[in-house]
Amino acid sequence: MIEIEGVSRRFGDTLAVDDVSLRVEAGTVTALVGASGSGKSTLLRMINRLIEPSAGTVRIDGRDAASVPGEALRRGIGYVIQGYGLFPHWTVSRNVATVPALLGWDRARIARRVDELLRLFDLDPDVYAAKLPHELSGGQQQRVGVARALAAEPKLLLMDEPFGALDPLIRAKAQDDLVALQRRLGITVVLVTHDMEEAIRLGHRIGVMERGRLLQYAPPAELLARPAPGYVERLMGGADRPFQLLSLLTVADARDDGPADVGADVAPVPETLDLRDALGLLLWRGVDSLPVVAADGAPRGRLTLSAVLRRAGRPA
Amino acid sequence: MTASGAAAGRVPRARFPGFDRVGVVPAALAALALALPLVTFKPNRIAAGRGVAFWAALPPAAAAAGGLLLLLIGLAACLRVAPASRLGLALVALAALAGLVGLAPGAVALPGMPYARVSFAAGFWTLLLAFGIMAADGSARLALRPGPRVLLLGAVLLALAGLFASGWWNGLSILKEYAAHRDGFWAEAVTHGGLAFGSLFAALLVGLPLGVACARMPRLRGAALPALNVIQTIPSIAMYGLMMVPLGLLAGAVPFLGALGIRGIGAAPAGLALFLYALLPVVANTAVGLDGVPRDAVEAARGMGMGGARRLRAVELPLAAPVILTGVRIVLVQNIGLVTVAALIGGGGFGTFVFQGTSQAAIDLVLLGAVPTVVLAFTAAVLLDAAAEAAGRTPA
Amino acid sequence: MSRSGETLRVAGTRAVRRASPAAIAGRLCAAALLLLLVLAPRLFAPAFRLLAEDGAPAIYDQGSLLQLTLDHVALVAGSTAASAIVAVVLGVLVTRPSGRDFLPLSRTLVNVGQVFPPVAVLAVAVPLVGFGLEPTLIALVLYGLLPIFENTVAGLDGVPAAVMDAARGMGLDPRRRFLSVELPLAMPLILAGIRLSAVINIGTATIGSTVAAKGLGEVILAGLGTGNTAFILQGGIIVGLLAVLVYDALGLLEARLAARAGRA
Repeated sequence: MIEIEGVSRRFGDTLAVDDVSLRVEAGTVTALVGASGSGKSTLLRMINRLIEPSAGTVRIDGRDAASVPGEALRRGIGYVIQGYGLFPHWTVSRNVATVPALLGWDRARIARRVDELLRLFDLDPDVYAAKLPHELSGGQQQRVGVARALAAEPKLLLMDEPFGALDPLIRAKAQDDLVALQRRLGITVVLVTHDMEEAIRLGHRIGVMERGRLLQYAPPAELLARPAPGYVERLMGGADRPFQLLSLLTVADARDDGPADVGADVAPVPETLDLRDALGLLLWRGVDSLPVVAADGAPRGRLTLSAVLRRAGRPA
Repeated sequence: MTASGAAAGRVPRARFPGFDRVGVVPAALAALALALPLVTFKPNRIAAGRGVAFWAALPPAAAAAGGLLLLLIGLAACLRVAPASRLGLALVALAALAGLVGLAPGAVALPGMPYARVSFAAGFWTLLLAFGIMAADGSARLALRPGPRVLLLGAVLLALAGLFASGWWNGLSILKEYAAHRDGFWAEAVTHGGLAFGSLFAALLVGLPLGVACARMPRLRGAALPALNVIQTIPSIAMYGLMMVPLGLLAGAVPFLGALGIRGIGAAPAGLALFLYALLPVVANTAVGLDGVPRDAVEAARGMGMGGARRLRAVELPLAAPVILTGVRIVLVQNIGLVTVAALIGGGGFGTFVFQGTSQAAIDLVLLGAVPTVVLAFTAAVLLDAAAEAAGRTPA
Repeated sequence: MSRSGETLRVAGTRAVRRASPAAIAGRLCAAALLLLLVLAPRLFAPAFRLLAEDGAPAIYDQGSLLQLTLDHVALVAGSTAASAIVAVVLGVLVTRPSGRDFLPLSRTLVNVGQVFPPVAVLAVAVPLVGFGLEPTLIALVLYGLLPIFENTVAGLDGVPAAVMDAARGMGLDPRRRFLSVELPLAMPLILAGIRLSAVINIGTATIGSTVAAKGLGEVILAGLGTGNTAFILQGGIIVGLLAVLVYDALGLLEARLAARAGRA
């Protein structure tokens, strides 16, 4: 758990972060969104004290971050940046081993951990361990960057535009991988992005920042439904708002037990599919309802077009 | 936004400019220099000298006033003064130094010692270095545009010329050497300039087309650049010696050429050697400069129907000009320095005085050769830097 | 002499990367030629006799070519090492946060330093330290500083910001950041500077012989003095071969470092 209380940071005459307080629950993903210069990166970098706050406190799991020497603090927190910052003169395995080596793990333990992580990130150690970063594709470099950040099993991962350098096709896959990874490891993630869609897709809670101030800090659904007047409202008010809202829900949220009035040959939708994609299927097939199945294939009633549309409007 | 505490802390700063760490370097040098001998006094040209301190080398009033002025300016260098004032103060200090040292011969040498020599000593050079650094620092921070930079250089050169014309320094040993070599000096100056600029001109005539060809034909480049690189590794004194052979043979075989002054020794082999050295920077920078021309610009020119020659003249060469001019700067500064070595084979130039001075153990004669060389090279460097910068920023 | 740093570097790296069989053969031939010229110069007497005046010796006979070559190499190695230490330390200092203020001034001074011809430095140093090795060392060390300093600064400044940010973010302390990230990444460029400086000094050291420093310049000067082109050519060829081979060897080392630094 991270508790940020009244944190400010001044650079010369400008206030980059202005009296921000927020709380990140353990095991959740928080996305900080804003234009460049909004102070979101500065706020992130004050959590691992790459930048020292001018005022306020940051507590991590109840302990004041300022009470720990900066370097020791950072060795316990994963850190991923845009462009990854892989050491170009070190092999993939040495890059991944950076923090464990700093922490003085023994050789065998480091080797085991590197091997485990490379497999976890779908990089065959026999092929990739000895490669240099410039021999990898962009997507592979990104995965090595995340693997390196997780090497010493941190409970907290800070990510500054981690997908910013990836092309759109790979980005979606990398985002899905991050969601799966976060669930699996139960880690806490704070992520900085300028892309609201990415924030909605990844964040359990989203903090919108502008000119150093935290304007709203809420779960995505609430942000869409009740954006704070002014900047956030303008930011969220795009024509695709209904689809954003639907993407937060799954088929299971809208299904009912009635019969689907289509032939038996129509393929059912899985109940884990998000409603935005489900709506796409309904429209494409030109039907009013589709049968729903659970992950194990058991029937779970139906999904009707009207049930989906009801959830796409402004919530009461 | 403005915390009252910070504002309160800033009040004394408004009256006293803050402390400037970089300025400590010239200030410390200046302070040190005042403790070193300003000039050397020698009973005659080649006798051993004795150093004379700043305070003893000048009339008391001038020493006190001048010393105070230099110290104050040195002190100012340690404070956060505006770059323009920093540069201005440094130039004032340099002018004061030039004026003061002109008083030294009268103060140190007795009227009845016609052969006595007063030369610059460590103190003078260190003061020159200190305020030169301060001026360089000021102009670096000022980030002058090319035009004003050239004007400033012109003003400094004019001031120097005025100083010599006024006769204020005539009592100093280096100008006594000048008086003794007056005719030779200007002849060597012409030779020096002629060799440096002539070889550059020839290298441009050959090197620019060759550079364009290298940029177009990778195979030619693969052959030409390594060959020119090898030429660079031949030491200059050997190169000068080697050029004597073909030219000697040529002059012997074709009397007409000999009558034109092309001989195995002298300026001709030196010019040929300098030409060969100059080729690599010209060719390589032309090729690299053309490589760097954005492909889009070339494509656009092609798309608008510009022919090859026109494209080269109107688009590619102007865009490559900064890099090419950098090559020209390298060549010119390099050649001005290399010409000094040509004196070894009778090629003339300021090197003549350097080598004569070395063999006669007469440092002031060495300086008579070395100082103009450095001034010439410095002038060339400033002018061509300004040209390269101007070419890079103005639309051609 | 004041050889063009930029152009040599640009042109040189190209040549070194392509290690074709012909290039390797060329290198071996150059090395063999150098060894023969130094160890058994008499073998070449018939060729050089064509250039010597009647009755003049064809092969340098006023000292051992091997000894002069060793002196020459020692002079260049010593001065280059001294330049490298001073220039790298200086380059590191002005790229630290506490030394940043001094960078523009250092740059300016280094550029101004380049306009002093080595002959002048040499001649001015003689009255201060006497004839022989010392003035030559001074001129060579001063002259060698420039390319190494420039390249050190460029190399350290060229380390990608993201890499340094990641290093800090993972908790590397300043010493580790410098020793295991910045310095290795800057090393290829620093070495390129040292290579340039060494090659320039191999040629410039010959001028030291005008102030009685021991080295291959002696052979060339003896030739100039007696009008014996054979001597000039011998000295020139040995110095040129030395320069080409050193340039090449350091270039190979540099290319390997660059490949290891992931910049190939």
